[in-house]
Amino acid sequence: MEFKNKDIISINDLTKEEILHILKIAKDLKKNPQPELLKTKVMASCFFEPSTRTRLSFETAMERLGGSVMGFANPNVTSNKKGETLWDAIKIIGQYADVIAIRHPFEGSARLSSEATNKPILNGGDGANQHPTQTLLDLFSIQECQEKLDGLEIALVGDLKYGRTTHSLAQALIHFGAKLHFIAPDELQMPKYICDELKEKGIEFKKYKKIEEIINKVDILYMTRIQAERFADPVDYERVKNAFILTTNNLKNAKPNMNVMHPLPRVNEIETSVDKTKHAYYFEQAENGLYTRQALLALVLGKIK
Amino acid sequence: MVKNKKLLVSAIKNGTVIDHIERGNALQIIKLLNLPSEKKVVTVGLNLPSEEMKYKDLIKVEGRELTKAEVNEVAILAPNASINIIENYEVTRKFNVEIPETIDYVIVCPNPKCITNNERMNTKFHVNKDEKGVNLKCNYCEKKYTKDEIKSYNV
Repeated sequence: MEFKNKDIISINDLTKEEILHILKIAKDLKKNPQPELLKTKVMASCFFEPSTRTRLSFETAMERLGGSVMGFANPNVTSNKKGETLWDAIKIIGQYADVIAIRHPFEGSARLSSEATNKPILNGGDGANQHPTQTLLDLFSIQECQEKLDGLEIALVGDLKYGRTTHSLAQALIHFGAKLHFIAPDELQMPKYICDELKEKGIEFKKYKKIEEIINKVDILYMTRIQAERFADPVDYERVKNAFILTTNNLKNAKPNMNVMHPLPRVNEIETSVDKTKHAYYFEQAENGLYTRQALLALVLGKIK
Repeated sequence: MVKNKKLLVSAIKNGTVIDHIERGNALQIIKLLNLPSEKKVVTVGLNLPSEEMKYKDLIKVEGRELTKAEVNEVAILAPNASINIIENYEVTRKFNVEIPETIDYVIVCPNPKCITNNERMNTKFHVNKDEKGVNLKCNYCEKKYTKDEIKSYNV
């Protein structure tokens, strides 16, 4: 398994063994911080689109391993505004930095970036396409709270049609023989191409309209936000919105080991009263983004094998 | 008499005939293969009657022998095409096109948010053939399309 100079563009590019190795390194780094590991290395943080957790955790991950960070969080301050192509921009940035973390609104922008430079690219989200570091931190958090990844019952809740997070997670869980439950209004159910892929790979899944229907069976309840603007008719949104808000009342029948996750930011889909329950795991999950991104930086820079 | 009736496009002495092109695609193929640029005589038949396909298009290029690799580049527009190499009015070789594993440049990605539609660059698609037909996956935005979902080509 060779990670040095590897681009992390799509969760679909990683084998099961590679995913497990990244999670193992993340666990090691969480337990034993290595503040000198990436000393003298520079990460370019190229955020062509707004981001809070992804950008700050990438940057903190680099700094906490002893590396330094340069970059931008607003493309309006770059030559992008003058019409410079992404290819040119990344080619040049690659001559300055040792590794590049990028978020960009167009789908496939991270793949193109990887062709423009020989420095490793870490995809921090390319439009609605991929966000592999989110999927890896999700898997890390599932493994951490459930003490395993294989054979879990996992419910994905909310906007399953447009949410890249749930698509990538469902695809990654194929490796681990999960049993999946999709809880969403009909308008926002999991797209056919993902369902076809799951069927092809022999993964069991079922669709539901309410959290209550399945809460007593699942190990992980992965919540996502439903946005009003996804509905053509506002009345349809009003009709379904309450069925996808998690309350402490919903948790009465939950298994003791059940954990609630969310990629964040949340608006109102998880009531704050849930935060205090033993089931809440979304803040730990966000923290784990730091260790997962540390692991990727250390691996692609060849400092950990 | 019967023979004359069939001869809807004039015969060529030396060159290549691309036959059994899906109806409506011949002009795009001519542009993609850049056939007019070489000042060779190019004859086109559109909507010709065909027993197997009902209607077909056909292209004849005088004085130029197209290679299999060249024709395969446009195979997505003519997956059933047959290529006849003509020497002295006789068919000396015949082969079918094969859709390659990757298709560079030819296809325009239908996803408006794909980087290929927003940057000066070539497209690239990975081809997957199964019993249901041909599937095309964009190398960049990773979206999958059937052949019928591809609406435009770089010509």
